[in-house]
Amino acid sequence: MTGEVFGLLGRNGAGKSTLIKMLTTLLPPSAGSAQVAGFDLVRQAAQVRAIIGYVPQALSADGELTGYENLQVFARLYDIPRAMRESRIREALQLMGLADAARKLVGTYSGGMIRRLEIAQSMLHRPKLLFLDEPTVGLDPVAREAVWDHIARLRASFGMTIFLTTHYMDEAERLCGRFGIMRRGKLVALGSLQELRAASGGEQATLDSLFAHYTEDLSEGEGRYVDTVSTRNVARRLG
Amino acid sequence: MTPSAPGTSPGGSAEPVAGSHRTAVGAVVRYVANVLAVAAMDVRKLRHDPSELFTRAIQPMLWLLVFGQVFARIRAMPTGGMEYIDFLAPGILAQSVLFVAIFNGISVIWERDLGIVHKFLVSPAPRTALVLGKALSAGVKALSQAVIIYLVAVALGVKMVWSVPALSGVTILVLLGAALFSTFSLIIACIVKTRERFMGIGQVLTMPMFFASNAIYPTSIMPAWLRGVAHANPLTYEVDGLRALMLAGGESALGLHVDFAVLALTLAVLVLIGGWIYPRLIT
Repeated sequence: MTGEVFGLLGRNGAGKSTLIKMLTTLLPPSAGSAQVAGFDLVRQAAQVRAIIGYVPQALSADGELTGYENLQVFARLYDIPRAMRESRIREALQLMGLADAARKLVGTYSGGMIRRLEIAQSMLHRPKLLFLDEPTVGLDPVAREAVWDHIARLRASFGMTIFLTTHYMDEAERLCGRFGIMRRGKLVALGSLQELRAASGGEQATLDSLFAHYTEDLSEGEGRYVDTVSTRNVARRLG
Repeated sequence: MTPSAPGTSPGGSAEPVAGSHRTAVGAVVRYVANVLAVAAMDVRKLRHDPSELFTRAIQPMLWLLVFGQVFARIRAMPTGGMEYIDFLAPGILAQSVLFVAIFNGISVIWERDLGIVHKFLVSPAPRTALVLGKALSAGVKALSQAVIIYLVAVALGVKMVWSVPALSGVTILVLLGAALFSTFSLIIACIVKTRERFMGIGQVLTMPMFFASNAIYPTSIMPAWLRGVAHANPLTYEVDGLRALMLAGGESALGLHVDFAVLALTLAVLVLIGGWIYPRLIT
């Protein structure tokens, strides 16, 4: 659905990041096929890339450049014509609340500012679909709140569809209209909170308990060690 | 996930914003803009913190000032009547180009760990443009080394050619050489994937490439097997070209057009391999 925020949930190692990497053309599909906005992921990868934005889980803004320079690189890589670059960059900075910090080195930014800068980087070309892989992992409550506000504002301004993964049920409930729950690489539930409640038979069930219902019998330690390490590294850099 | 070349690239047809340039010229312009975007990113970093350029210049200066001046006294090398310090200067410039470029792979792995490579690869920029951008940024670093080496060489009394064609030729050779070795380094980084392994391999590769070349002695005094290796080594062509263009009375042993052709062709092949293997860095 255009303009919806879709939350992909699942425990460590369920395959959320892998699915996002496939949908953003970073990894070839292990089996089957998929379309993003009507384009085939494999045969029309270039068309897919032109209309999506992606914020990886790792903190990917370059600390040795200023916020403005970080945006400039991607404005050029996305072939935004020179005449429009400045206004697009200014607009993205404004929307993400970074206009004052634009000329500072990103190394001096707080974790929440870096995340917002990354979202700004991913929206310069006005993607139809924005992928956010655990957008608030490792952020303090105030910074998370700010990132949530900015995501909501982004959707309101451009009506873009947002696809995010998260481990935080409060985040999912706050932002997302529909949810997908993954377990061991398979989608085990899909729908709005009402639909998930109806499907599981729990009229008053919270998203927390629904999540537990769909993923619980999974034994500990399914997640790959490296995934946990990389999540922790992100958290430490943000800390 | 297919590597794409300029013009033929499917990325050329997907145009989110500038729908007006759907021509081949437009595709080439965008390709060049993508290359420059990646290169400019690294150049800006150097502008924020240029200390790397100065620390890197120390090693070639030592080679010229210490090794060069001592060996010049022995007069043991058959340099064809040339002062040894003159003979050595282009070799040290080539060495510096090699060393600046060969550790490019480390920065590529670092950018992978940060997730920057992921964002590059999700963009519609052709993969070979991303690889060439990295190559060009190594070229810019190498040019800054060339300036420093020229200054030291002048101070040591090396007799150099200052004509515009000669200096342009040197500039192109330095860019070509740096692009070639940095792309080679990127390919290795994509194969080994971790910084630790890369450091090991980087050390193992650079010294043999340096010694199995004509950088500090002519290939004519090498045993036959080593001469064979040296002639398969792109660094030899880099040095040969630089020697012909930099020095007053300098001559190419292999033919200047051969030097340029070998370097350009090797670079083209490496960029194609690099464009194909770069997406595999993240798996």
